[in-house]
Amino acid sequence: MKILVAVKRVIDYNVKVRVKADHSDVDLTNVKMAINPFCEIAVEEAVRLKEKGMADEIVVVSLGDDACQEQLRTALALGADRGILVQTEQPPGSLAAAKLLKAIIDEEQPGLVLLGKQAIDSDNGQTGQMLAALAGLPQGTYASEVTVDAGKVNVTREVDGGLQTVSLDLPAIVTTDLRLNEPRYAALPNIMKAKRKPIAIKTPADLGVTVSSTLTTLKVEPPAQRQAGIKVASVDELIEKLQHEAKVI
Amino acid sequence: MAILVVADHDNSTLAAKTLNTVAAASAIGGEVHLLVAGHQCDSVAQQARSVAGVTKVLLADNPALENQLAENVSLLVTEQGREYSHILASTSTDARNMMPRVAALLDVDQVSDIIRVESEDTFVRPIYAGNAIATVRSNASVKVITVRSTGFDPVAAEGGNATVETIASDHDAGITRFVSAELAQSDRPELSSAQIIVSGGRGMGNGENFALLYEVADKLGAAVGASRAAVDAGYVANDMQVGQTGKIVAPQLYVAVGISGAIQHLAGMKDSKVIVAINKDEEAPIFQVADYGLVADLFVAVPELKSKLPE
Ligand SMILES: Cc1cc2nc3c(=O)[nH]c(=O)nc-3n(C[C@H](O)[C@H](O)[C@H](O)COP(=O)(O)OP(=O)(O)OC[C@H]3O[C@@H](n4cnc5c(N)ncnc54)[C@H](O)[C@@H]3O)c2cc1C
Ligand SMILES: Nc1ncnc2c1ncn2[C@@H]1O[C@H](COP(=O)(O)O)[C@@H](O)[C@H]1O
Repeated sequence: MKILVAVKRVIDYNVKVRVKADHSDVDLTNVKMAINPFCEIAVEEAVRLKEKGMADEIVVVSLGDDACQEQLRTALALGADRGILVQTEQPPGSLAAAKLLKAIIDEEQPGLVLLGKQAIDSDNGQTGQMLAALAGLPQGTYASEVTVDAGKVNVTREVDGGLQTVSLDLPAIVTTDLRLNEPRYAALPNIMKAKRKPIAIKTPADLGVTVSSTLTTLKVEPPAQRQAGIKVASVDELIEKLQHEAKVI
Repeated sequence: MAILVVADHDNSTLAAKTLNTVAAASAIGGEVHLLVAGHQCDSVAQQARSVAGVTKVLLADNPALENQLAENVSLLVTEQGREYSHILASTSTDARNMMPRVAALLDVDQVSDIIRVESEDTFVRPIYAGNAIATVRSNASVKVITVRSTGFDPVAAEGGNATVETIASDHDAGITRFVSAELAQSDRPELSSAQIIVSGGRGMGNGENFALLYEVADKLGAAVGASRAAVDAGYVANDMQVGQTGKIVAPQLYVAVGISGAIQHLAGMKDSKVIVAINKDEEAPIFQVADYGLVADLFVAVPELKSKLPE
């Protein structure tokens, strides 16, 4: 089975985001970028399935500018076999991303497609479900456990009330949650080896997709800042403040 | 054109979040219809018809809709939704799972997680874990939107008098099977609607120690939440996680115990009215957002808090 994994290049999750002075967007100049944490978990899951003999090839795809090759290389160092970069000036919106990934599925015919449950920049949480709808495939979102067996994948999903398990016919789309696994660190020899693994470069036109969006961002502002309050010296003072100052108990 | 709101429910009770979603729909303006899709969910439709501001309830009752499988529900919502200007749902896991399929089937972009309505086509939503707030305009023919409950005060559950229209549904994509659900049972208030929340982090040390928080919570009538670290370490169940990728809450009072205050955690609770932090590290970032900070060992402070809180 071939596994396709979509990895997005985003701001490193440790970096504090700043909004540009003109409120047009967040400022990403000279900011450390990384694989979206959920996508890293998706790559790790694919590698584990391959190690268990459930998969024979892992293809990683990123959509964006040339810099995304960095994240593809990281995924190759973690154990993916080859990469595909679909070049777009900006990272596409979720619907356009889903259309591009659908075109890649048509070419590659993977048995399983893994995505992150959300990109930590847009916080959209849409692409996997959109891709599943466009491809007419079943979906297992927010996965905390994935088992592949006899043409099916069982996915345990983190839902509001607890956990839900669904069984999907393959091919299927799975999106990862945080507790699915803990990604490994790439070992140095693997980083060296990854340099020789192939990355194919495509354009949306090659895939017959027009990248567009019905959404326009009018402005991006910093959130209202909370003022730090006071330190209380004792539990008694805390209770007194909550009762008589804040009046919340 | 009217606005379609997809109701959250468990086939017997209409979830409180739906009232916040209806509030967002009312802020957009126009007639609001509520879709109840499920199985043997007639009682939900009865509750839905009295929600303030709702003029029509669409009831689709079919075994294939029982477990809210996105593959099936999205077919129904897409078919119904074409006739509406907007389709709204909450940010429950069911809705977040289902709505992007609807958007894709209608070939429109979705606006996720709105916290404010500026006009019928312009919405405000947090991005980058709430570290930036974007104002977004949509010129999609049908606007598919999920609504963050904490952004909108709920409409009244009573006072409406909508008609209930039963709609035929044979929407079964047949590609997914529900296997099982393991849902936490609790008599405590639900995290997303609680007025007071007491949350524990890695500082709790183990799952048994959460009993300390439950005792305080019971005295306050509070719900209990947790940081990701506490969930990952297996102290408590995943449905208790508060944060960017857990539940987003905004209670009157949020008490963070043994939680450092990572941005991903703050993203889920910093809109709380009053924040209390109990942490032994006076440099912990949680103190930068806390209205009242107590630098103390939680194993001393929490039992003391419990014994001194009024009944
Ligand atoms: C993509 C992504 C998404 C994430 N989503 C979430 C999310 O939704 N929610 C979330 O919470 N996190 C999330 N995280 C994780 C987040 O970055 C932090 O790792 C996590 O919130 C830390 O949890 P904590 O504060 O309990 O643990 P720690 O950071 O380890 O803090 C423990 C605190 O307890 C204090 N402490 C220890 N012992 C005591 C004692 N005896 N008395 C008093 N204080 C004590 C310590 O001083 C410390 O401040 C996410 C991370 C990533 C990368
Ligand atoms: N530009 C992109 N390149 C590669 N994968 C993407 C891209 N955008 C979204 N994805 C995938 O879709 C997931 C969810 O993204 P989103 O719906 O934008 O929150 C991500 O975790 C990725 O797996």
